[in-house]
Amino acid sequence: MTTASLPNDRTFPSPASGGGLGRGLDPRRLRRDFPIFANNPDLVFLDSAASAQKPRSVIDGIAEYYRTDYANVHRGVYRLSARSTELYEEARDKVRRFLNAADRREIVFVRNTTEAINLIAQSWGPAFLREGDEVLISELEHHSNIVPWQLLRDRIGIRLVVAPIDPTGGLDLSSFEAALSPRTRLVAVTHVANATGTLVAVERVVQLAHRRGARVLIDGSQAAPRLPVDVQALGCDFYAFTGHKVYGPTGIGVLYARLDVLSAMPPYQGGGEMILHVSFDKTEYQEPPHRFEAGTPDIAGAIGLGLAIDFIEELGRENILDHEEELTGYGVDRLSRIPGLRLLGAGQRRLGILSFDLEGVHPHDVAQVLDRHHVAVRAGHHCAQPLIERLGLSGTTRASLGVYNDEADIDRLAVAIEAAREMFAR
Amino acid sequence: MMDLRELYQDIILDHGRRPRNFRTIEHPTHFAQGYNPLCGDRVTIYLTLDGDRITDISFQGRGCAISTAAASLMTEILRGKTIGDARALFAQFHVRVTGGEPTEALAEPLAEEMERLEPLTGVKAYPARVKCATLSWHALEAALSGRDGSTVKTE
Repeated sequence: MTTASLPNDRTFPSPASGGGLGRGLDPRRLRRDFPIFANNPDLVFLDSAASAQKPRSVIDGIAEYYRTDYANVHRGVYRLSARSTELYEEARDKVRRFLNAADRREIVFVRNTTEAINLIAQSWGPAFLREGDEVLISELEHHSNIVPWQLLRDRIGIRLVVAPIDPTGGLDLSSFEAALSPRTRLVAVTHVANATGTLVAVERVVQLAHRRGARVLIDGSQAAPRLPVDVQALGCDFYAFTGHKVYGPTGIGVLYARLDVLSAMPPYQGGGEMILHVSFDKTEYQEPPHRFEAGTPDIAGAIGLGLAIDFIEELGRENILDHEEELTGYGVDRLSRIPGLRLLGAGQRRLGILSFDLEGVHPHDVAQVLDRHHVAVRAGHHCAQPLIERLGLSGTTRASLGVYNDEADIDRLAVAIEAAREMFAR
Repeated sequence: MMDLRELYQDIILDHGRRPRNFRTIEHPTHFAQGYNPLCGDRVTIYLTLDGDRITDISFQGRGCAISTAAASLMTEILRGKTIGDARALFAQFHVRVTGGEPTEALAEPLAEEMERLEPLTGVKAYPARVKCATLSWHALEAALSGRDGSTVKTE
């Protein structure tokens, strides 16, 4: 069996198998395709926003690739290397379709979203920004969309401007518009906020930014696993996401950049793979995307990501969105009934993330009790310290959803939260 | 898996809910802040020393039940103790919460105080929580080392 044939051999049920929330998904049946649940029978996994579990097709597909087709890419004339290259580039095609990018050369494989953003900050930044130019981010951002810009600020003297959130935790579009200035060269915002689940109106952000001639980067880490993404419809210049949150392996991520933008960017790292010709005096660089993929890439990771995309497409991204929305709604209703529990982002359209404060109980104590009930959640600032502090908190407890979660998981979460409340209530 | 109540014993829940010496000292001779970057928790330890004896000790800050209880118990135990006593207790406490067995026995009165810290040693089964139990002690050490007003991290 070859890796390429794996998509047809998948064992997960076809959509419309009925039952559960979300018209097309059956989470209980889907769980059988995630070996983690067979090996941890009591697990209620509600930390997919940190990293999603992996379906069998991805786990086995990666192993199968190493067993059957492995060799380095873009080098050997022998058949195995050609085969490996073909599979690696096939994965790029899958990503192109996943984002509806216009051209496969717009897809750069990186390690994760963090690396994608750093690539822009270190390649595009110094090439196109001058001292005093502004990068506009929002208060909702993950540290990975804050710190790279601070590094760039310290290096070339750009200004980092932060658009505020409104009192309910959504991006305040009028304040955002007001924060745009003639010096704004880049707007970098999240699509779905990782600490609160808030869905940002990125279409509007792109319109407003482009009207001012600014480029737009969207951090799609939390959006890519949850809703259909069409970079052409969005009109953004950059879009970044990571493989391990879309049910793929760790170590692989994607930077999408519009071809004209990408073609004008200088290399980010130097090495093999990204060159046309090297002498000690001068080096000619490859065209995108290879210009930005120095060294041997994570070949198996890219192939695994391709299989994860197959998995998602097979389920149907509209079905996944329905599932996430309905289960989020169920979770909001269920958790809101717990006395002393305050959900972040009330009144905002949230997706797949339930972040809350339990009065008088520290998030780590909540998470500890939840763990005793085999409910896995994240506690703390979720790498969004400025946002959490802006909301007057030092941390929250965050439950986040995946395709394998259902109402029963939310019910067990609620029971465990009640137990924590009982234990620590003053 | 050990029972959760071994981690959250009554004494910890009690001190977590109603911390003792939870106040500032107006003119401390020593103070320092402890910061746990993992969870963002902060605790400030205030000390009044007369020679090498701790005549007053208090704390402020926000943290989980374990870090609050650990700070509270620490302040109760250390009032009236010498700097040497405090360091000896911390050394032994540190070994116990990280799952080790102390090689040296403490002098009798200190050994008794060590007993009072025993409920906190439940964290040894939860590696992610060890720092919650030691945060206030690290801050104390920073204050005693004359790094006044400094922030010590648990990393």
